[in-house]
Formats: sequence, structure tokens, C-alpha cells
Amino acid sequence: MPFKLEPRREPNRTMLYASPVIAVALTALAGLLFFAALGYNGTLAIYDILILPVIDATHWIDLGVKAAPLVTIAIGLAIGFRANVWNIGAEGQYVMGAIAGTGVALHAGGTEGAWALPVMCLAGALGGALWAAIPALLRARLKVSEILTSLMLSYVAIQVLYFLVRGPWRDPEGFNFPQTRSFTDVESMPILIDGTRLHLGIPIAVLIAMAVWVVMSRTLVGFELRVSGLAPNAARYAGFREQRTVWLALLVSGGLAGLAGIFEAAGPFGQITPNFPTGYGFTAIVVAFLGRLNPLGILIGGVVLAVSFVGGELAETSVGLPSAAIGLFQATLLFLLLGVDMLVWYRIRRIAPAIAPSAAPAVVRSAS
Amino acid sequence: MEGIGSAPGETAPRLELRHVGKSFPGVRANDDVSFAVAPGEIHALLGENGAGKSTLMKIVYGVQRADEGAILWEGRSVDITSPKAARKLGIGMVFQHFSLFDALTVYENIAVGMDDPMPRRALEARIEEVLSTYGLPLDITREVHTLSVGERQRIEIVRCLMQQPRLLIMDEPTSVLTPQEVEKLFTTLRQLSAEGVSILYISHKLHEIKALCHSATILRGGRVVGTCDPRVETAKSMAEMMIGGELRTAERRGKAAGGEERLIVEGLSVPGTPPFGIELKAVSFTVHAGEVFGIAGVAGNGQNELTRALAGEVVAPRAEMIRLARRPIGHQGPGERRRAGLCVVPEERNGHAAVPEFTLAENTMLTARYRRPLTRGGFMRLAATRAFAEDVIRRFDVRTTGPEALARSLSGGNLQKFIVGREMLQTPDVLVVSQPTWGVDAGAASAIHQALLDLAANGAAIVVISQDLDELLALASRLVVMNDGRLSQALDVAGVSVKDIGLLMGGVHGGDAPVHPHEVTHAV
Amino acid sequence: MTLDVYVSIFMTVVIAATPILIAALGELVVEKSGVLNLGVEGMMLCGAVAGFSIATTTGATSGGYLAGAAAGAALSMVFALLVLSLSANQVATGLALTIFGTGVSSLTGRPFVGKTVQRLGPLFPHPLSDHPLLRALFGYDAIVYLSLVLTVAVAWFLAASRPGLVLRAVGEGDAAAHAIGHPVIRVRYAAIAFGGALAGLAGAYYSLAVTPMWADRLTAGRGWIALALVVFAAWRPWRLLAGAYLFGAVMTLELQSKAAGVGFVPPEFLAMLPYLATVVVLTLIALRGAGGQRAPACLGKAFRAGG
Repeated sequence: MPFKLEPRREPNRTMLYASPVIAVALTALAGLLFFAALGYNGTLAIYDILILPVIDATHWIDLGVKAAPLVTIAIGLAIGFRANVWNIGAEGQYVMGAIAGTGVALHAGGTEGAWALPVMCLAGALGGALWAAIPALLRARLKVSEILTSLMLSYVAIQVLYFLVRGPWRDPEGFNFPQTRSFTDVESMPILIDGTRLHLGIPIAVLIAMAVWVVMSRTLVGFELRVSGLAPNAARYAGFREQRTVWLALLVSGGLAGLAGIFEAAGPFGQITPNFPTGYGFTAIVVAFLGRLNPLGILIGGVVLAVSFVGGELAETSVGLPSAAIGLFQATLLFLLLGVDMLVWYRIRRIAPAIAPSAAPAVVRSAS
Repeated sequence: MEGIGSAPGETAPRLELRHVGKSFPGVRANDDVSFAVAPGEIHALLGENGAGKSTLMKIVYGVQRADEGAILWEGRSVDITSPKAARKLGIGMVFQHFSLFDALTVYENIAVGMDDPMPRRALEARIEEVLSTYGLPLDITREVHTLSVGERQRIEIVRCLMQQPRLLIMDEPTSVLTPQEVEKLFTTLRQLSAEGVSILYISHKLHEIKALCHSATILRGGRVVGTCDPRVETAKSMAEMMIGGELRTAERRGKAAGGEERLIVEGLSVPGTPPFGIELKAVSFTVHAGEVFGIAGVAGNGQNELTRALAGEVVAPRAEMIRLARRPIGHQGPGERRRAGLCVVPEERNGHAAVPEFTLAENTMLTARYRRPLTRGGFMRLAATRAFAEDVIRRFDVRTTGPEALARSLSGGNLQKFIVGREMLQTPDVLVVSQPTWGVDAGAASAIHQALLDLAANGAAIVVISQDLDELLALASRLVVMNDGRLSQALDVAGVSVKDIGLLMGGVHGGDAPVHPHEVTHAV
Repeated sequence: MTLDVYVSIFMTVVIAATPILIAALGELVVEKSGVLNLGVEGMMLCGAVAGFSIATTTGATSGGYLAGAAAGAALSMVFALLVLSLSANQVATGLALTIFGTGVSSLTGRPFVGKTVQRLGPLFPHPLSDHPLLRALFGYDAIVYLSLVLTVAVAWFLAASRPGLVLRAVGEGDAAAHAIGHPVIRVRYAAIAFGGALAGLAGAYYSLAVTPMWADRLTAGRGWIALALVVFAAWRPWRLLAGAYLFGAVMTLELQSKAAGVGFVPPEFLAMLPYLATVVVLTLIALRGAGGQRAPACLGKAFRAGG
């Protein structure tokens, strides 16, 4: 090998912030080449996906609408990932949150009055948290991998949603379409600027990001979560209990996913339909990593992914790029980010041909 | 080069190093190292931790490659690119931290180390032949995790001997053995030497080198600082060459043996955690104020389990099993025990006593928050943690850039000083320290020893768990030996012989006590 | 019900079990080498679309299987590069692989939606393969028998062959294996490629035999079930075989109940069955205390060494 990786003693601060930017740039390049190879206008596609939504102010509110659920979910996931708790079933918790909140609206009788929406949101957060409590219980009590259980329960949650909208919750006046009745005004997320889709969930996502940043970096609970993820033995030594960490991480991430679910249902969707599970729960994983598991970084990561969603729709009309291409684009971004990230902890050194080749000391870095 | 001792008649040395150098980021591990080993010679490579011995041996064995210099094998210049290449030449190595696989059987462990695979039957026959030739008893169908440390080392040796090496490298082979096992190992090594096998013996234990080796090369700070014939040198003169100055031993003060009872452990039994944990069996001992109490024993006999049980990481079945003064604390977790005055330093620094990716300031938060006001209303007081870390750094002479340095950027010795200092500045009534100077350079080790004695002199009760008998004999007034999760009777250090302790380490508890099951097989 | 119906149901179980068995066998080898690849679902989807596109464009179904395996292996190399050569986090990279594979398959599969493909015929000749009773043993295509051969081969490889021993050693102690001179990274590359090829083959079996057609996300989480099976089997190939057939039975129950129109159970609840069964099985394993303990010691940890 003409090059070698050499571990650094301290992380490279510049790369810590530069690597997501490099990853986005490389993804743009890869996308350009790939879309061109498929016969699309690659340059225009990348311009529409990454640039147009940013420079054209008419898309900014759409960006917020898309980013809000991604950020809300990703912040919860990042708390867990930091603590070595791998909740990858946020999609299910998101769906369950929407179901729980909608259930309150549908079954609470006359839902007139200002309390309707707050109660729905509370129910949404609880629904998501309860759905996440199943993997939490299984991991904390029986050491069952939360990766597999939380994901499996996503599929279950989606089936529950199908059942409800096709069966008991189908709108009797909906011309037999599988969907619930539309939410009334008091049941819907307030619109902040009339005539736009700018709803209350967007500033709330920003507030959540700031609050979680404070908790993770300044409080003992945040410290506990970070220690548990980096060094479980040190966490035990410090008097932190692993079970508590698992519960905390899963309930909070489930609760936030559930909250995002009811925000979406009572916001942009206005009802629940079979199209409700849009995969935000999975995309939020990309957002969490793109934001380096830091709540403020996630705000930026959420906007970047929202740009790709909004831009993807633009590219769909302009160059006929299929919507599936955007999922691919986002996954490529995550791949490249994970690859570029090694520059934070390693440096690439060219091995000069003159001297005898040397080798780096054996370093076993534990991941996960 | 002098010191080519016991086998004259052949001209070329078996192995010769000329001006070998090796650097790692921030460290010059070896610098201009030259020496030679004759056929049949047992050659010691002597130096304290961090002197560059292990790196040098990894270069010879092809695990790492030198930046400069030449290696000559039987007179020819060679480029050893991998362990496989080394074995092809006839070099075998027994590692300090074994390269064994716990979940595989002894047979599988040997088979996986063979470069030229042979059919199972033939390999088994060959293993049995080696075992009987060198008097090394082993059951090759057992899984490794069921074996004692001595038996594990035997697998490593058998693995090397299978390849019929002409040079055997042994990296600190006795650090995990009882004195009796050491004797048996030396018999095997002398037999190999008589057969013409050269042995490169890495150690910092002077009496062993005097007893075994024909010549010695002494390393300090990565450089050769001397060569000698250990058979004619005194231990003291070699030690001074190794450390580079007059030896200073820690000063023992006030032996307050009659102090009040501080820590009482009574009938502490804790089941081992699967798959490889050791069960603690009715462990009992009492430590008084002002006393240093030693727990000796070969690693892997329950020391880690005992440390965890004392720290509260594992809760005792009954509260009365562990008492602090008169207060039962066995049911409490680590935090409550610390508040009550019991602080613990576990053996493993990275990832247990400290989080390598955290700053030193953040690392104080792990334990010191119970006895120092480092939090307020659930928030961390960042300035307070920084100040506390600075205090530890200053008072324990921790070499670092400051409280914002990552723990992983510190050398082993400095991190250990920081961790021990962090616990001591919490002024505990009882301090339990496991392997306080493992992998720590001599300067840091003596600083830590002195600090422990000072803390005891101020009235704290101290428990030192260590594999290093010399350390315990220097620090403790009484000691017990741990074997297979049990403790021996407490012995007064004043009247104890190393042989007695060695027998206890091997599981022989005097007349009627049970004998360690693994040791029965090779009791000669 | 007649005997004929029982034989048909049995055969459906075998066909439903075959792809999860194949994918899980691949993942078992990967995990034995100490690597956790959560991208099975993504590799299966890519194998499914690659197999289907080659089979429909060339008309050669067996060529489709080869293409599926090749696609899975190729995709797994992206994962290997990241986690082995660049020390990326295995969980995150595996998830990225699944998202990536899902995207690739949706994008490249668009022209094939709605098309059908010729299934591979039975391996054994006519009197055996459609004998009313013996077809339960001889009535399958070659891939079913291949999956059984693979089970035997993997079991033998791990237990009795020297490369298998080296692979297990690498998974149990990467630093130790490196110290005695085994090429840890290279062994893991090979294991990941094998796992990728089998996942791709398993995916191709969905689009070429189980359904047989292309639909977006047609594996519907079966890759994750394969991952769960490896845990269920405690990393032992023979238990994997039993587990795969158990799940095959659960999935068949779902299909049969739907077909039979079990009126009182909504179809959505039947569709949940395989996923719920996975959770239940993982729980039962943990309750019996068999899970976790036999996991390879280095599973999921990154390894870096000189050279």
C-alpha cells in the first residue's frame, strides 16, 4: 500500500466539523456521475437536489416541514446511539405515536376545546414511548438485542395502522377510502403563518434540539448516557446502572418519535392514511449520524436531508429522476460520511519509498 | 559484542540486531539497538516497563517492522515481514498477554498456530510427543477458558515447540506464574538451551535473570545502556543500570497496627458471571485504620471479581457481608459506598477506571462527584471539575497538558497517577487498589507507593491487590493469598517466606485445605 | 384435508424457509469471523433485483441466481471496505447498507415491476418430482437442495476444516489471531463476501421462485429475520436449519390462513405473524439463557493492526 492509516492521539478538531461537509460534497459528485450514467441530466439533478431548495426562498418552509420530524426523531435516536442503545425501530414508534394521538381525537367524544391538541400530543409521546418500552424491557431484563426487536416491531406497528384505517377507524363518510376522518381545527397543529404549512412542530423541534444539547453536555444524566456508551465498565464503576440507561434511552427516543408522529398526523397529513409511514424513522438514522449524534449538528443534518427530499421532488419534475433515487442518495451520503469520518481519528500518511516500510502499532478500537 | 556465552564453536550468532530503530507517533520506542544471541544461549533483555523491550521483540518476530537497522539470522541479513516469516526462519514467541482463544480447545489453539497443517491424527500424536518430551502435562480436549494461567502458558510453549524453533522469545513469562511454576518453566528452558535452542528472555525481574540467563542486554528509554553477565553481577548493580540511578524504596511510616477495624469482609460469596467469571467463595478479612493489607495471587483467581464486589459494581447477597466500620454496606451500590468512605481503583485503567475518550476533568466526574461538590441540581459544575482535576495533576505530578487533555493521550503511568490521585484526594476512610503499578514505569510506581503509605499513615485503611509479590512485601504489613476465589489465612509479612506464599498461590493451603483442581494434574 | 394438501403445505414451508436459511447461513459465517453485518436486507433486495433483471433480459433463470449472488457480494464489499479498512462503526454501516440496498433496488427495479419470470424447474426427473407423496422430497428446484448442501458444508467448514478454524479464531480473538500471523482483515473480507453472495442468492430466490416477480421491497424484512435466526441458532448451523423451517412454517401459516380466508382474523394480524414470532422467539431464547453466551467474542468490534 502506498498509503497507510496512522491513529491520532487526539481527534482532529478540524476534521470533526469538516468531514460532514466533505461527505456532502463527495455525495454530490457521486450522485452527479451516477445519475449521468443512468441517462439523466446529472448536473441539473444535483443542482435541483442540493442547491435550488436552498437558494430559492419559496422552498424554505417546505424544508422546515420536512426537517422537523427528522430532527425530532433523530435527536432521540442520537441519545440512544451515544449510550450504545440501538433503537432502529423509530418508524414503528413514530407510527404508534400517530395512532395513539389519533385514537384520543377519535374516541374522546366531542373534541372541542383548547385541550384537545395537547392531550393528543401527550398521547402520541406516550404511545411511542410504550412501543419502545417493549425492546427496552427485553434488553434490560433479558439482554435481547434491541436492534432486532425494535425493527421487527416497526413492521408490526405498520400492520396495526393498516388494520385501523381499513377497519375500525375508517371514515364512514370517506367514500370507502382507507383513511380516518380529517382532524378538526382544534385537533390540528396550529399554523404559524397563514397560508403556509409552517406549523408549530417546527419551532418545537428546534427547542427540543437545544434542550437536549444542554442535557447531554451539561447535566449528570447526559454524562451518564455518554459514559455508558463509551465505556460500560466505567459506567458501572461510576455507579450508573445499565438497565436505567437502556430504559432512559429507549423511552426518550420512542417518546420523541411518537411526538413526531402525532405532529405529522395532526400537521401536514391532517388524518391517517396507509401512506402515513413514509420512512422518516429510518431516514432519521442518517440524520443522527450526519449530525454526529450532537443535537445541534442534527438540526443541520435534518435540514440537509430535508433539502434532498424537497430537491428530489424538484428533480423528479425537472429531469424525471425517480423518487427512489433520493433514498439511494441519502444512503450514499451516510456511507461516505462513515468513510470520511476515519480522518477524525486517523491520519493518512504516504509511505515514503526510501525508508523501510513501517507499520502502525496494533490498535483495537471498539466500535458500537 | 560481548556476552556470547555458553556455546562456543559456532562462528555466526543465531540472531544479531544492528542499529535497530522504531518510532510511534510521539514516542521513540527503539533507538540504535544492537546485540547478538549465540546458539544455545539464554539471553536476557532487561528493562523496566516502557524501555522498549516488547517493541523490539515484536520486530524480531515480524509483528511490527523496524524503521531502520538490520537483523541478521545466522549471519545472513533478513527481512522479517510477518510472524509467519519469523517462524519459517525458526523463531518462536511466547507472548506476555497470551495469543490464545478462550472458546476453542487446546488442540484447536495449537492447530490454528501451525503453519504447515497436518492431519488431525498426526498433529495429535506430535503434540503428545512434545508434551511428554518436555514434561508439560495438558489435556488437549479442554476449552482454554477452563484452564489455569500456568496451563495456558504451556499451550503457548507447546505451540512454539511444535515448530522446532532455534530461537525462542519469551516476553515476561513468569509474571503470571507461581514460584513453583516458574521453577518448572526454567527446567524446560534449560533443557531447550542444552539442545542448542537460543532463548531471548524478556523480563524486569532480576533474580530470575540471575538464575537463568547467560548474558543480558539492558535497555532504558529505547536504547541499550549496557550488557553484562548476570551470573556475576549483583541484582542491585543491574537494577541501577536498568533504572539509571540509585534505587529508592518507598519509606514506610507509622505502622498503626492496633487501629480500629475499618473494613470487615465476612463470608462474602458471589457467583461468577458467565461465561468465564470466577466465583468468590466465603471471602473474609479485616483491615484496620492505618494499615496496608495485601492480597497476593496469580491473576485470574478472582481478584477482579473481588474488586468489583468491594466497589459495589456487584452487590453482595447480604448487607452484612461487607461492613464499613460497623455499618453494613454489602447491599449498597458504588455511589453510596463512596459516600460512606470506601473508594476503589480497579485494575484496568482504560474503559474501567477512566474513559479514554473523555478529558481528565470529565474523568473526575466518574467517582469524585460523591464526595466533592461537583454537581448542582443535576447539572455538572464544569469549573469545579476542572479545578479538582488540576489539583490532582499538581499534587500527583501527572505529566499532561492540563485538565482538558484526553485520558487516552496520557502514558500508562501518568494516567494511573491521575486515577489513584483522584481517589486519594477524596480522602477515603478505606481505599482498595488493584494492581496499582501494573505497566507503570518505576518512577511513577514509587510515587504511587509513597502516596499509599502516606495515606495509611494518616489513618486510612488500605487494601492492595497485586500480582507483584515484591510490591506487597514492600507495602503491606499483613497479606493473604487469593486462589480460585478463596483467601488464605492472613500472614504477617515480617515472618513470611516467599516459598510459603508460592505454595498458597498454587492452591496448597497447608495440611487439610483443598488443593486447586487444575494443579493436581501437574503436581510432580 | 387430504394427504395431497398436507404435502402441498409441507412444500410451501420448505420454499418459504429456503431463502432465510441461505441468507442466515451467510450471516452466520460473517458473524463467526467477528463481524456484524446488519445489511442483509439490503443485500437481499439487490440480489433480488439483479437476479430478476438478468433472468428476464437473458431468459436464463440460473444466470439470474448467479447475478443475484454476485450483486450481493459486490454490495457487501462496500460494507467491508468501510468497516474493515476504514474502521467504521459496524452497526451504522450495516444500517446504511440496508438503506442503500433498498434504494438501489427500487431505482434499478422500476422497469421490471409487473413482469414475470420462468421459475427453475424441479431438479429431479418427472416420476419422482410429481409423485403425489415423494414430491415432498424430490419436487423442488436446485436451490432448495443447494441450501441443504450449504448447511452441511458450512457446518463441516466451521467444525472440521482448517480455514474454518482460522475463521473462528479470528472471530474469537482478533488481536491474538493477528499475533500468530493470521490475516484478520483478509479473512473477514472473505467472510463478508461469502455472506453477501448468500444474501444475494437468497434475495434472488424471492424474485425468481417465491413470488416470482419483482415488486418494490419484496423481501419485506426477511433479511432481518435471517439475522434474528443466527441469534436463535446460537451460531450453530444445524439449529439454523431447524429455525429456518420453523419460520417457514409461520410464514406458510400466514399465507394459508389468508388463502383460506379465516374470516375472524384480519389479514393485517396474519401479516404481523413472522415479525411477532421473531420477537417471541428471541425472548424465549433469552429466557432459556442460551442467547448471547455463544456469540463470537469479537462480534461487532473494529480491528486495526499494522501492515
